[in-house]
Amino acid sequence: MADKVLMKGNEAIAEAAIIAGCRHYFGYPITPQTEVAAYMAKKMPKIGGTFLQAESEIAAINMVYGVASAGCRVMTSSSSPGISLKGEGLSYLAGSDLPALVVNVQRGGPGLGGIQPSQSDYFQATRGGGHGDYHMIVLAPASVQEMAELTVKGFELADKYRMTSMILADGTMGQMMEPVALDLAVAPAPAKPWATTGTGMKRAHNIVNSLSLDPEELERLNLARYERYAEVEANETMYEEYRMEDAEICVAAFGIAARVSKNAINEARKEGIKVGLIRPITLWPFPKAPFKKAAGQVKQFLSVELSMGQMIEDVRLATECRVPVTLVNRVGGMIPSPDQVLEAIRKASKNGGND
Amino acid sequence: MVVFDKPHALTDVPMHYCPGCTHGIIHRLVAEVIDELGIEGRTIGIAPVGCSVLAYNYFNCDMIEAAHGRAPAVATGVKRADPANHVVFTYQGDGDLASIGMAETVHAAARNENITIIFINNAIYGMTGGQMAPTSLPGQVTQTSPYGRDPKLCGYPIKVCEMLSELEGPEYLERVTVNSVKAVKNAKRAIKKAFQNQLDGKGFSLIEVLSACPTNWGMTPQAALKWIDDKMIPYYPLGVYKDRSEGIVK
Repeated sequence: MADKVLMKGNEAIAEAAIIAGCRHYFGYPITPQTEVAAYMAKKMPKIGGTFLQAESEIAAINMVYGVASAGCRVMTSSSSPGISLKGEGLSYLAGSDLPALVVNVQRGGPGLGGIQPSQSDYFQATRGGGHGDYHMIVLAPASVQEMAELTVKGFELADKYRMTSMILADGTMGQMMEPVALDLAVAPAPAKPWATTGTGMKRAHNIVNSLSLDPEELERLNLARYERYAEVEANETMYEEYRMEDAEICVAAFGIAARVSKNAINEARKEGIKVGLIRPITLWPFPKAPFKKAAGQVKQFLSVELSMGQMIEDVRLATECRVPVTLVNRVGGMIPSPDQVLEAIRKASKNGGND
Repeated sequence: MVVFDKPHALTDVPMHYCPGCTHGIIHRLVAEVIDELGIEGRTIGIAPVGCSVLAYNYFNCDMIEAAHGRAPAVATGVKRADPANHVVFTYQGDGDLASIGMAETVHAAARNENITIIFINNAIYGMTGGQMAPTSLPGQVTQTSPYGRDPKLCGYPIKVCEMLSELEGPEYLERVTVNSVKAVKNAKRAIKKAFQNQLDGKGFSLIEVLSACPTNWGMTPQAALKWIDDKMIPYYPLGVYKDRSEGIVK
């Protein structure tokens, strides 16, 4: 096993990106993700890479668009209000089928909100974030180790499917320190014959473009994109099941909410309550299959979230509302405590599914 | 003997521009310069949103279509991806460059980003049907200034070259036009210099081209060319606004 280093989640993302071959980073300062930029500002000049503090989030995502057009691994990072500004660029990246990695270390909202952890950008991330029909691959780490591993995975999937991968972390994941093993395996980037790197007078010109004035053509492009998305759904869904073997109650949670929930589940198990966890690692594609399966096994779902209830809609869709789903939440930068989740588990156990 | 031919850097696709529009001339000048410098194979052009949105179909080099106003940021990314090889230009109108994309323009200039910008100033939004532009003249009648642009209500036109020349960053800023043979030759000289600067690693070069829009100005092509002389040049004087290497700051 490789030596571990103690790192903040934000730093782990930055180091993993460099390990993944990313040599171009563009960002704009915003709490609580600033360590990503600070790390890149130190490292990139030493390895012949680009660190550029853009004039805005909008400029940063368009610089990403430029590097992605030229076929290089590229990333930006921000937090919730900044991600809203990147929304236009996210839509254009999707419309031009460009691979990129975007990190959202979420904070409370809406508006300027606060600077404490949140998961309230779930809808924005899993539904695309900008205008038009499209998806991003949305990865939700629950440890600093996963911040690193999913960053590498994000680049690989972005290249494989020519789409944006988003790391949807929260302020806790960005700020907390944990030991990380950085012996990360990286798949080399595939050939990108579509990239605008200059024709070299050897081929017809490449055009990176999201404009298509012919509606039949634009429909065809949308349909083809969704065929690709279907492949992603079929092949790339990731989740963790925890103590689900005999569970009668299923907690659904990702990121920090899953960490808190595991503590509560362990306490509830000591009281003889049969409770387990499904932790989506990909939020899009959402792991529908394990939830569908669990709906035939458990009496009740609890969706533990740092939002007013966003993932809960996907849990209800995946389980086709066959079993009650109850929201357990804190918002505005507050985090549910293990006791709050434990209490909700006890209540669900007593109700036996009659919410 | 061929005495006049299409530049190699232009495709054979028929252009969609209106009769009397000067986009076609400026496209040709850019393409001639690309040919003469022998850089087509390593040039990447960035098209804007506006009348020249389809420029990606007209240039033979690799092309990227950017979001409205964001071409300098996209160009920054492309250039930084391979600074030694990539030659990068943006082609932008006045709404794109001086309104929605002003921040990207100013900051690319401030960074002295080693790119070339061709800025088409025709004092109007063309593609959307003739609305007031950031460069529309005081008193100019447009669809959204039907009683004439009143500076008291909607401010004054933005003089891009003058404004950018106050920055330490940019290498070269020149305003030209293409409403006569002499002017076209002069514009080509300026555009060529703007590309040569990039090849020499000198940095940010922007050529503002006063351009005609007969359709949305409601004029014949001839009257539109004259309007450039009579109305636009007095407000937007031609000339070099900055040339760091020559020590010129107007």
